[in-house]
Amino acid sequence: MSIARLRVDSINQVGDPSAQSSAEPLEFRNATKRYAGSPTPAVDGLSLEVPAGEICVLVGPSGCGKTTAMRMVNRMIDITEGDILLGGRSVKDSKPAELRREIGYVIQHVGLFPHWTIGENIATVPKLSGWSKARIDERIDELLELIGLPAETRSRYPSQLSGGQRQRVGVARALACDPPVMLMDEPFGAIDPINRERLQNEFLRLQAELRKTIVFVTHDIDEAIKMGDRIAILKEGGILAQYASPAELLMYPAEPFVEDFVGADRALKRLALQRVRDIDLWKAAVVKVGEPVSEVRAKLADADLEIPLVVDDEGRPQGWLSERGLQGERVRADFRSPADPVVELDDILRDALSDLLSSDTRYGPVVDAQGRVAGVLSMEVLSHALSVPAQDVPSATELAATGDGSAREPA
Amino acid sequence: MADLTHLPVLAQIGDDFFGNREGAAERCPGNNGLCPGWIADNFDQYLSPLWEHVLLSLVPLVIGFVLATTLALLAHRYRFLGPLFLAFVSALFTIPSIAFYLILLNVTGRGFTTAVIVLTAYTQVLIYRNVTTGLQEVPSEMVDVAQGMGLSRRQILFGVELPMALPTIFAGLRIAASSTVGIAGFAFFAGAGGLGAEIFADPTFRGNVVAASVLMIVLAAILELVVLAVQRAFTPWERAVSS
Repeated sequence: MSIARLRVDSINQVGDPSAQSSAEPLEFRNATKRYAGSPTPAVDGLSLEVPAGEICVLVGPSGCGKTTAMRMVNRMIDITEGDILLGGRSVKDSKPAELRREIGYVIQHVGLFPHWTIGENIATVPKLSGWSKARIDERIDELLELIGLPAETRSRYPSQLSGGQRQRVGVARALACDPPVMLMDEPFGAIDPINRERLQNEFLRLQAELRKTIVFVTHDIDEAIKMGDRIAILKEGGILAQYASPAELLMYPAEPFVEDFVGADRALKRLALQRVRDIDLWKAAVVKVGEPVSEVRAKLADADLEIPLVVDDEGRPQGWLSERGLQGERVRADFRSPADPVVELDDILRDALSDLLSSDTRYGPVVDAQGRVAGVLSMEVLSHALSVPAQDVPSATELAATGDGSAREPA
Repeated sequence: MADLTHLPVLAQIGDDFFGNREGAAERCPGNNGLCPGWIADNFDQYLSPLWEHVLLSLVPLVIGFVLATTLALLAHRYRFLGPLFLAFVSALFTIPSIAFYLILLNVTGRGFTTAVIVLTAYTQVLIYRNVTTGLQEVPSEMVDVAQGMGLSRRQILFGVELPMALPTIFAGLRIAASSTVGIAGFAFFAGAGGLGAEIFADPTFRGNVVAASVLMIVLAAILELVVLAVQRAFTPWERAVSS
């Protein structure tokens, strides 16, 4: 399907932000950039495919050509050799200005025009594309709602917004004409760590809904692992070292450079890619106060843990029962140690591990959204989870789509 | 009054130039020649020179703004022109005004046009430098993101770069406005009148000098305020208060 066709389709969707938005596959085909007078290319024969609706992160040290590679997509930098195909069509076939209006563009410093209101900023590309005023107005309202800013924001100037709000507007501006592809150059690079995490999570939720094809440039491997469906690690001279899913990259680095770049803590990084609900938990012997001890013993035989977990009538964990609590006929209310840490099913494994490490026990009850016991998480369970094959480990966008993604987000 | 006619430049101005206000000092002997009563009584004789002075300030400012901005835009588009233009407008500014008038009097003759040419030349460096600085100060990522969204070169220049440079451009225009009002005081060299002509017509009579000078200062202040008002109207985002 041609880009022009998609535009028309996307126009019909205006008015319903939750409607299926457009996305196109992107393919680098031996794309090379050589600067005159430079002995080595900036980007050397880059070949990779980004399926429609996925985030491809270009990551690597400075001078690896990641930004150059991204800027070749909208022809901000001309391709020396090879080609880049957007929806099967060479980007060289369109006039640069027209091509760029079809490709969302977000940069590190956001680059909102300070002399235009938020509404005018968002309307940049729709105006260039000749939309009617009524349609532009409607689209501005829609996008402000999508990024969670009040409608009055449209008449404010960028200087009146916080850094995080400006960043959101930058994304809204890039989305204005529902482009099938977005380019994001270190979009969260100039934001403090707390807000960065929040904006990343927010963007992943947005992407879970919009499913754009995105080329995302960063130098931060943690951000790459968090944001990417696929990660392309580039090394100096613009050479592709590895192109794989985050889990695959962490488990099977293709060469020493990649291993170095992802860091010695790659097993820990992998834990950031899974939630507690995704792994096989231990089964606990769940008992209530007053229950016959004989029944407890039967439950213990069936459990993965020798210590019974006392719960209240709603099934919420109350504490671990000690051996002395089992000495009478029935389970007694005393003789139990507190059941912390309590881990939630939606927690990221890395956070759950941190909880386990900071407590005396090396295990903790896992509860569901209602607070009922769903199992037990232990160090053994976690280390077993690391042996799951890479293809079964989801990417961050899938993670965002399944959970609320904000379980441990700083307030 | 002092006889200045022996100066060659003033000889060119003509004998009729010096007004016949001889004896004005005698009519106002008190307070060392500075008496508000005389100024109030004779105020209307300054109205016509004031109007000439307004024109001598506004016309060079408008022409100078258009010219200097055009030069600056050319230099912005074709970078190699920048140093040439800067050298040219700077050189114009260094010519002493008496010399400038002397040269021009032989070419364009006496009158308003000659004065406007000289005054316009003096505005150039002030406006040109601020336009180019304003354009250079636009953050490169603004141009980058505008280009990345598909704005053409022309759209970027007129939609992004020039508006963002406006505060700096207006700052230059304000300096040019007050300096032009001042330099226009010498327009009588070209026989173009103005408040300067009044001062030099009777430079020993304090009442006269003060009346004309105060009018020039007030005119300069008003012009600056007008430019400031225009600037505020054109740059609403500068006043946006963060909540």
